[in-house]
Amino acid sequence: MREIQSSQITEVVAELCQCANYELPEDVVEALRRSREAATSQVARTVLDQLLENARLARDEHIPYCQDTGLAVVFVELGQDVHLVGEDIYTAINGGVRQGYEEGYLRPSVVADPLDRATNTGDNTPAIVHLRMVPGEEIKLHLAAKGGGSENMSALWMLTPTDGAEGIVEAIVGRIQEAGGKPCPPLILGVGLGGNFEKAALLAKEALLRPLGQPNDDPQLAELEQRILAAVNATGVGPMGLGGGETALAVHLLSYPCHLASLPVALNVQCHAARHQSVTI
Amino acid sequence: MPSESEARQIRLPLTADVIVQLRAGDSVRLSGAIYTARDAAHQRLISALEAGQQLPIDLAGSVIYYCGPTPAPSERVIGAAGPTTSSRMDTFAPRLYAAGVQATIGKGQRALQVRQACRKHGCLYLIATGGAGALLSLFITQAQVVGYADLGPEAIRKLTVAEFPVLVGYDAHGGSIFAGDEDLD
Repeated sequence: MREIQSSQITEVVAELCQCANYELPEDVVEALRRSREAATSQVARTVLDQLLENARLARDEHIPYCQDTGLAVVFVELGQDVHLVGEDIYTAINGGVRQGYEEGYLRPSVVADPLDRATNTGDNTPAIVHLRMVPGEEIKLHLAAKGGGSENMSALWMLTPTDGAEGIVEAIVGRIQEAGGKPCPPLILGVGLGGNFEKAALLAKEALLRPLGQPNDDPQLAELEQRILAAVNATGVGPMGLGGGETALAVHLLSYPCHLASLPVALNVQCHAARHQSVTI
Repeated sequence: MPSESEARQIRLPLTADVIVQLRAGDSVRLSGAIYTARDAAHQRLISALEAGQQLPIDLAGSVIYYCGPTPAPSERVIGAAGPTTSSRMDTFAPRLYAAGVQATIGKGQRALQVRQACRKHGCLYLIATGGAGALLSLFITQAQVVGYADLGPEAIRKLTVAEFPVLVGYDAHGGSIFAGDEDLD
């Protein structure tokens, strides 16, 4: 049994919120650089140059790289031998979001009531927390401060089992074509396969936490990731929807067993501003 | 986007003779005053227009930027200030073009009626690079809340911009920068 003070979680979350908004992860920067090198159209090259310059400015001048500083989604892996002292874990996390967004001059992007748009909660709380118990005496926190524009282009399908891989590719490609420049391509696509209605969506978001471009451990699923990536990049949507082969930087897929009647597929669309940070306490 | 040397410098407000010369895909640098307004502000502007009430800004000849910036630290004019997805304002845009708005700035494709409204009223839809909020903030030299302050990040702000980089998304002739957009006729 290990005691951890809840205030430590608050401090760590506050730091993650700021870090995620000022420092585009190096794996994303590297993928943007590779896209820039491969880009053949002038407009794609110009946009990718701007995004690389933007990431540099954000880091050096301490300006959030996008004005959408995200809705704070926190995945927690809570070691079952941890005893949390102080506040409950949700209060501790929300305290960290509040502190991080206020001290970091990050945009409060949460309205209290989805139908009454005039009441901003003012501090970007509440966070969306996904809690999972794991063996051990550590707490692992992954923050994904998710942008609204890309989240809006996400989708979920309850396909027919016999639709198979072809049906999955077709659904995703159709959605990306329809979305065009709206979600700020080049994109990172999280795909959740199997489970049920809500599990597929959660898997899709979780898949985005993986280091960029690291394939699924299962060779068959890794192949499906590559197949989806190639098909999406063949759409010609391109950076900002202005044409080109650089529509997505990576596809990350996670799967789970499912009902014999079902083939749930969820697509979580992530823009190039991938505000992801992790830490272990 | 063509290389920077080809970008056309435009001083705001936009005039009809300048608008008519611009074509989808043209690279443009804007200098002058623009207003931010996004979802909630649009809803209020339209309600006020319908009710015949006074608006917080004069729409005639204006440029609307779909943007909700991050808060500005004391040493800066504004925080990150890139464009949000334009299509959410599609139902409002034709009404605002009819009321005198000369151009909107955002990101991504829009509904057909917006392109039609641009042609009908001789207006423009301009695009800025989405997710380049830090970079774009450097082209903003002044910012002031001028309406609906209670909306926080969604308040209407008057921005003074200097050589703010945009592309012509939809021109006043029915043209579109987006691949897959068909001819209007």
